[in-house]
Amino acid sequence: MTSNSNGAVPTHGLGPFLQDARLRWVVAIAILAFLVVAPMIFGSYITVILTNALLYVVLCLGLNIVVGYAGLLDLGYAAFFAVGAYTIGVLTIQFGFNFWVAFPFAVLAAVLAGVIIGGPTLRLRSDYLAIVTLGFGEIVRFSARNLEITGRASGISGIQDPSLFGWQIRTQTDYYYVFVVLAIIAVIASFRLANSRLGRAWLYVRHDEDAAEAMGINRVQVKLAAYVIGAIFGAVGGAFFAANLGAISPESFSFEQSVLVLMAVILGGMGKIPGVILGAFIIILGPELLRDLGEFRLLVFAVGLLLIMLFRPSGIWPGRRGA
Amino acid sequence: MADNQLLALSGVTLAFAGNTVLDDVNFSIPRDAIVSLIGPNGAGKTSLFNSITGFYKPQGGSVRFDGQELLKLKPHQVTASGIARTFQNVRLFREMTVLENVMSGMHCRTKSGALAAVLRLPSQQREEAEIRAFSEECLAFVGIADEANREATTLAYGHQRRVEIARALATKPKLLLLDEPAAGLNSGEKVALTELIARIRNELGISVLLIEHDMGLVMKISERISVLDHGKMIAEGTAKDIQNDPKVIEAYLGQDDGEGQS
Repeated sequence: MTSNSNGAVPTHGLGPFLQDARLRWVVAIAILAFLVVAPMIFGSYITVILTNALLYVVLCLGLNIVVGYAGLLDLGYAAFFAVGAYTIGVLTIQFGFNFWVAFPFAVLAAVLAGVIIGGPTLRLRSDYLAIVTLGFGEIVRFSARNLEITGRASGISGIQDPSLFGWQIRTQTDYYYVFVVLAIIAVIASFRLANSRLGRAWLYVRHDEDAAEAMGINRVQVKLAAYVIGAIFGAVGGAFFAANLGAISPESFSFEQSVLVLMAVILGGMGKIPGVILGAFIIILGPELLRDLGEFRLLVFAVGLLLIMLFRPSGIWPGRRGA
Repeated sequence: MADNQLLALSGVTLAFAGNTVLDDVNFSIPRDAIVSLIGPNGAGKTSLFNSITGFYKPQGGSVRFDGQELLKLKPHQVTASGIARTFQNVRLFREMTVLENVMSGMHCRTKSGALAAVLRLPSQQREEAEIRAFSEECLAFVGIADEANREATTLAYGHQRRVEIARALATKPKLLLLDEPAAGLNSGEKVALTELIARIRNELGISVLLIEHDMGLVMKISERISVLDHGKMIAEGTAKDIQNDPKVIEAYLGQDDGEGQS
């Protein structure tokens, strides 16, 4: 049934496309070349949108680990994104930290948030977990809205642009390239995780928790790892998001944000890395491409998404889910 | 006595909502033995398996394995301590290859984490190679090495059962629990299964406990047989003892029910 006539190692997340290693390199280099020259070809407006799409690639790949690999429905993913952004905001503005000094704390805060929300809740069945994560997302947003230190409803502004080895990251194009690098790291990390002992354990637990336990896999620990790693992806995205905009407010981390990321993952194909990347681009670029339609564009976009889900319920990207 | 027993259950009692499923069960498995657990349907055999492997939590008693108390352990800890199992209804991981299924068994014998995977540390790469190699070895042992890259759930039923056994062997157990391994197999496959079980013990030195309804297979392969009925251990001995035990005959023919008690 499956296409393994050449006896190849099953490549996680690739589906029947791109099985050929040479073709894969050609495609990867073509995409990379396009990403490098894109800001020179297109104007600054499109560069901003592409930057946003690349941020979404990072977020979607993070959520993909939670939802796609470990099979845990998370409706509050924006909370981890917020934790990353606010940690940078608070530490640089209120405490005068340098961005790079604050950055490890952003990651650490995400790990803590992941453990705090995941630890007590991961024993729940997936629909209950969805409600708890939904609540968690709202708690984080409301906390940010009401705490003095996070600037209440107006948020935090004046976040400094970081510099890296003497390179001052300042312009929109600079940030674009930062997000290109982040997205590439996220893709590589995703592939490597998927093809690891832990990556397989996520699939085992998702398919059959009892059989996985019987094989000696600690399902709570494995799920918690998915949660924490997903949170780290979100926080890294959030940290650079904060630096890029220079200002953050609670409304950047709404429930809608969580839903958009989840939608991109489901649309592209849960557990399928190229599909998730495609989903991120569609969710961000779609409404922009339909801009000519004026006020109908979101309606048309929504109908388009519905049609895709009707005809490709397991996502746009072909191949088996999660493998 | 303690040392030549690999597994020793004493006074294990399990009840669900007031129904006693296992009633003060005493049972042991010597090292290096093939032991069968038989009994009519609903006698509590699978419950006993689940109590040993940590899926059920008995209210009382003790389960000692190789000098360690198992009763408080979670299923994954029991597996790590050296007991592997198969399921009555084959439970392979869907959408994954045969090899990937077997690799799951090596999880508890390896330790590379997320960071090692992302950085592709040499130790992680070595471990991955080790996992793959040992899993292939297990597949070769059960005789389906050439199916390694097929999707596990598309295999013929008899082969799926072998994948489950290979997956259990990949956990490097000291004791293997097989829950009705012959169910659904044809007579040729049963002969092969009998040979496989004997090889697991003789070549790998792994003790085997099986639940099985196929009496031909049980009588042929078991060094010791225990009979469970209504949650009570009613007989224990060699195949010959069991065949002639009036209590066992009664349990199977069910003379006791209804008319026996007035």
